[in-house]
Amino acid sequence: MKPFTYQRAGELREALAGAAGTPSAKFISGGTNLLDLMKLEIERPAHLVDINHLPFSGIEETAEGGLRIGAQVRNSTLAADPRIRSDYPVLAQALLAGASAQIRNKASTGGNLLQRTRCYYFYDRNMPCNKRKPGSGCAALHGFNRMHAVLGSSEACIAVHPSDMAVAMTVLDASVETIDTERVTRQIPIGDLHRLPGTTPDIETPLKLGEMITAVILPPVQPGRHIYRKVRDRASYAFALVSVAAIVDVAGETITGARFALGGVAAKPWRTPEAEAILLGEKVSTEVFQRAAEIALANAIGRGGNDFKIPLAKRTIQHALAVASQRG
Amino acid sequence: MSNSTPMANTGKTWIGQPVDRVDGALKVTGQAVYAYEHRADDPVAYGYILGAGIARGRISAIDTAQAEAMPGVLRVMTHKNAPAQPAFGPAVTPAVREVFTRPRPVLSTDRVRYYDEPVALVVAETFEAARGAAGLIAIEYEDERGAYDLSRHLADAYAPQRTNAGFQTDSLVGDFEAAFADSDVKVDTIYTTPYEHHNPMEPHATLAAWSGDEVTIYTSAQTLANFQAGIANTLQIPPDEVHLVSRFIGGGFGSKLIVHADTILAALAARELQRPVKIALTRQQMFANAGHRAKMIQSVRLSADRDGKLTGIAHDVCSATSRFEEFCEQTAVFARSLYAAPNRITRHRLVGLDTNRGEWMRSPGEAPGMLAFECAMDELADQIGNDPIELRIRNEPEVDPERNVPFSTRNLVACMQEGARRFGWEQRQAKPGTVREGRKLIGLGMAAAIRPNYLGASAARIGIDGNGRVKVELDMTDIGTGTYTILAQIAATSLGLPLSAIDVQLGDSHFPRTAGSGGSWGAASAGSAVHNACEALKQKIAKVAQEVRGSPFFGLNLDGTEFRNGEIRIGDRSENLANLIKRVAPQGLDARGAVEAAGENYRNYSQHAYGAHFVEIEVDMDTAEIRIRRMLSVIGAGRILNPKTARSQIIGGMVWGIGAALMEESVLDPRYGHFVNHDLAEYHVPVNADVPDLDVVFLEEPDSNANVFGSKGIGELGVCGAGAAVANAIFNATGVRVREFPITLDKVLPGLPIQISRANRS
Ligand SMILES: Cc1cc2nc3c(=O)[nH]c(=O)nc-3n(C[C@H](O)[C@H](O)[C@H](O)COP(=O)(O)OP(=O)(O)OC[C@H]3O[C@@H](n4cnc5c(N)ncnc54)[C@H](O)[C@@H]3O)c2cc1C
Ligand code: SF4
Repeated sequence: MKPFTYQRAGELREALAGAAGTPSAKFISGGTNLLDLMKLEIERPAHLVDINHLPFSGIEETAEGGLRIGAQVRNSTLAADPRIRSDYPVLAQALLAGASAQIRNKASTGGNLLQRTRCYYFYDRNMPCNKRKPGSGCAALHGFNRMHAVLGSSEACIAVHPSDMAVAMTVLDASVETIDTERVTRQIPIGDLHRLPGTTPDIETPLKLGEMITAVILPPVQPGRHIYRKVRDRASYAFALVSVAAIVDVAGETITGARFALGGVAAKPWRTPEAEAILLGEKVSTEVFQRAAEIALANAIGRGGNDFKIPLAKRTIQHALAVASQRG
Repeated sequence: MSNSTPMANTGKTWIGQPVDRVDGALKVTGQAVYAYEHRADDPVAYGYILGAGIARGRISAIDTAQAEAMPGVLRVMTHKNAPAQPAFGPAVTPAVREVFTRPRPVLSTDRVRYYDEPVALVVAETFEAARGAAGLIAIEYEDERGAYDLSRHLADAYAPQRTNAGFQTDSLVGDFEAAFADSDVKVDTIYTTPYEHHNPMEPHATLAAWSGDEVTIYTSAQTLANFQAGIANTLQIPPDEVHLVSRFIGGGFGSKLIVHADTILAALAARELQRPVKIALTRQQMFANAGHRAKMIQSVRLSADRDGKLTGIAHDVCSATSRFEEFCEQTAVFARSLYAAPNRITRHRLVGLDTNRGEWMRSPGEAPGMLAFECAMDELADQIGNDPIELRIRNEPEVDPERNVPFSTRNLVACMQEGARRFGWEQRQAKPGTVREGRKLIGLGMAAAIRPNYLGASAARIGIDGNGRVKVELDMTDIGTGTYTILAQIAATSLGLPLSAIDVQLGDSHFPRTAGSGGSWGAASAGSAVHNACEALKQKIAKVAQEVRGSPFFGLNLDGTEFRNGEIRIGDRSENLANLIKRVAPQGLDARGAVEAAGENYRNYSQHAYGAHFVEIEVDMDTAEIRIRRMLSVIGAGRILNPKTARSQIIGGMVWGIGAALMEESVLDPRYGHFVNHDLAEYHVPVNADVPDLDVVFLEEPDSNANVFGSKGIGELGVCGAGAAVANAIFNATGVRVREFPITLDKVLPGLPIQISRANRS
C-alpha cells in the first residue's frame, strides 16, 4: 500500500475542498472495495477523504412521490427499509443477494455504484490490463474469462460491473445525484453512470475528478410484480454469473408493463428497450418471453470461458419474466 | 507387583464422552494466542515478502534503492545479499523422510521457479511501511517460456520412483488388459480433478526471536519436528538451537507440515537485524507459496460380469507436479484395498511443470482419487442396472485384495446398509432425471469412503503435583481438531481424575517429540503416548505409596491397584490421590511414555477406516444451479474417543466434499503460470448457505489391532468419497455426468432439458 494522507470530512464543503486539493484524492465510504484495491496498489490515492460522516444517510420521500436515498445509506439499511421492501422489492432483493451481511453493513449506496470490476487480471498487477494500465492489453480476452461480459464489451476490455444493487436501480429508472468541487449539482440517469469500455476501459463513468455522489433518486412506484433472480456459483457470497431484475404488470392475460435489466453480463447493468417493447400488449406466454430473451442477447459475444452466459441469461430472463407475471 | 498389568480405572471413563473442547473458552474469548499475535521482549520488526511477477526465468536486475530509502525500512533482502543457505537439492530426496527435513532456502538464487516465488523481503518498523516499500522495488526479469499446462505436456509423463508416503508407484495383479478386452460390461472413463488450495483460516505466519545462538520461532505448524529440522538444515544450525512454539493453529489441512518462506525469512532477518521479526503470508501469497493439490487426469477402467461382479479394475493417474520438487499424490493407492477383482492395475505418472511443489492436502490420495473412482462405480451401476450399494456389496473383498492380508476391522457394508436405511435410499429412482419438485430436479447419490489408519512414533511426559494436578506435555499440535480435549480425556480416564485436574500442554519443541498432526494419526499416536505415560505414572505412584513410610499402602502388595474417582485403591484401602502425593511425594512425580510407529499389526492386517456418504441434491431446471438438500455419512472408524469432536471432523470433511464436487478450483493460466483466482472472493469454498442438514452416524467397532484405544483416524475420512456422492446425486437428478471437477452449473446446463420456465397462470 502506498502511503496516503487521510481526512475525515465533517461537512460537504470540507470534503469537496479536500478532493479539489489533491489530484489523486479519493473519497472513502465503507471502504470495502477501495481498501482492498489500495492494499494491492491498484488504487494509489495520495489523499483519502472520509465521507462517512456527511449528512447523506437519510431516505426521504421526494416531491414526485419517489424516494431519495442518501449516498451514505448502508446496503443493509436500505434493504431493510419498509418503503423499499414494500414499494421497490426488487431493490431489497438485489441488495440482500449481494456480498455478505458484514459487508452490507459497511457498504454505502454511493460506494456500491462505484465499486470496480472483479476481473482477476485487473487485481493482479503483474498482468496486462487496459483498465488498470491503458495500452498494456487485456489478459482476460484470451484468458480465463468465465465471469466476463457477453454484451457491450470490446477487444480492449471485457470486464463486468459487479453490483447487484445497480441492476435493480436500473430497472427502476433511478438517477444519480452528484455535486462537483465547484458545488455544481447534476442528476445522471443511472443508465448513463457506467460507460462501456470501447477503447478507454480505464474511464468508467462520466464523473469528474472530485465529483461526489450525494444521492440516488427513485421515481414513484411502478405497478407490477418485482423479482431479482441472481444466478451464482454458490448459494451466497458470490458475484452474479447472470442476474435479472424484472418488473412485470399484467391485466387479465395481457402484459401492460414489462421491463428487465441484466447483471453480470456487461460493464453496466443492461437493458434492452426493444425486448421490453415487444412484451407490451402481448398475452403472457412462454413464447413471448423467449422472444424477449432472444432479442436481449441478440448481440451477445462469448469469449470462450463465458459462452455459457448467453444461454444462461436467456433462460434466466424467461424464468424471471414468467415468475414476475404470475398472479395469485 | 506385576509390572505389566495396566492399572485399571473402573470409575468414570471420559473416553467416548461428547466432552466440550477444553480450549473452547480460550478461543471464543480471544485468549488463544496464534503465531502472528505473539509478542516478543524486544520491539518487533515486520517483514513483507515480494513475489516474482513471472513463473520461470531469471532476475536480471533488481533495484531496491527507493525501497531502502523509505522511512521505517530496516532491511531489504534479495538474492544479492541474503545470508548463504545450502542449495535446495534434487527434486526427489533419497529417503521419504527427508522431504520433511530438507533445507528450503529462500532468496538464494536469481532463478525464479514459480510465479510469486519470494524475490525480496522488506523489513520495517511497521507492516504498512514494509508493504509500501516492497511496492517500490523494481525488478527486471529474463522471462523464459515455462510449461504450465498438464494436458499439453502429457507426452512428458514419467513414472516416479514412489508416491507420497512411500507407496509403490504401480501395482499389477493378474492380467487386467485381457480381462478388460474379454468383458461385455465395461466402464472406460476419464475424470479430471483440479488444482485446489488448502486455505486454512490462519495464514502461514511466524515470529522469530533470537537469544544468543538460539532462535525461538512462534509459528503455525502441524508437526514441530519437521519444522525444527527444516529450519536447522536451512540455517545450518543444530536442531536443538531451534525452539518452536505452536500452541494454537487456525487450521492446517496439510499445508503446515513443512516450513515455508515466512518461517525461513523471519529467522534469517531476525538474526541479521538482531531483533524479532514477524512475517505472514497474505491470502493471495498463500496460493503460490503454501502448497496445493495438483491437477490430475484420471482414467478409470472397470470390467464386470452381468451381475456386476468386477473382473478388472484399472486406475491410472497422471498428475501435474513441480519440476524442482516432485510430489506424487498417492491417488490410486486406496483402489488397491477397496473392492475385490482378480485383475488389477493402479499406476501413477507425473508431468513436471514450472509451478510450486504440491503438498499434502487433507486426504491425500483418496480425496481426488475417490472423486473419479467412486463416480466410475456409479457409471457401472447405471450401465448394468444395479443399485450402487448392491454393486459395492457384490464386490466386497474377504481379505485385502492386493496385500492378501486380513482386514483388521472393516464395516463398509454395514455403513452402506445403515446409511441406506436412515437416508431413505429406497426412494431413489434408478432412472436419472425423473424426480421433479416444482422447478427443481431431485437426485440421490452415494459413495463409499476408505482411508488408511496410521500410528506414528510419539512420546509424552506427565507430572502430578502435591495438589493432585496433572500436567501433560508433548510437542503434539491441535490444529483445531480437538487434540487438547482428547488428550485430557485420555489422561483423566487413565488416572481416574476429573477432566479439570488435567492440564494438557502442546505445541512446544521442548516437550517430548510426537508425530504431530497429519494423516489422521494424531489422536491415536499422541493419545497412545499419553496413555502409556499415565500407565508409567500410576506404576510410579503405586510404588512410592508402597515404599514410603507413613503411606497407608506401605508394604502392601500392589496387585489390583486401581485409580478411580480421584482415589487410589489397593485392596480394601483407598486414599485421595492428591493427599497421597502430598504425603509421599510432596515435590510431585513424573513419568514418560511412548509409542512406536505402526508395527506388526500394520504389516499383518489391512487397516482402514470406512464410511458411506449419502446425498440428496436439487438442480434448478432453468439455471442448473446445484444445491445440496441433505447429506448423511455413516462412519466406521473403530472406537470414537469423543463423538462431539469426531462429528465436527466428519462434518468438516463432508463440507470439503461439497466444495470439491461443486466449486473448489484454482485456475492456472497456462500463459503466465499463475493461479488466476487467488483470493477467497473468487476461489469458492462452501458457505453456510451451501451446507444444509448434515448428519453423521458412527458405527463403532473397536479395532484392537489399531492402538490401545481401538480407535481409527477420522480427520480425513469425511472427505473421502464425499464429493463423489454429490456428483452421483447430480447424475441421478439430471442424467448429466460431468467428468471434469468441479461440477459448476455451466457444465450441467447444456445437458438439461431445453424446455424451461413455463409462463404459468397458477
Ligand atoms: C468478498 C466480497 C463479495 C462481494 N460480493 C458482492 C456481491 O455479490 N454483489 C455486489 O453487488 N457487491 C458485492 N461486493 C461489493 C460490495 O458491494 C462493495 O464493495 C460495496 O458496495 C462498496 O461500497 P463501499 O461504501 O464500501 O465503497 P468504498 O470501497 O468506500 O468505495 C468504492 C469506490 O467508490 C468511491 N466512492 C464511494 N462513495 C462515493 C461517493 N459518495 N461519491 C463518489 N465516489 C464514492 C470510492 O472513492 C471508491 O472508488 C462484494 C465485496 C466483497 C469484498
Ligand atoms: S477485462 Fe478489462 S479489467 Fe479485465 S484484464 Fe481485460 S482490460 Fe483489464
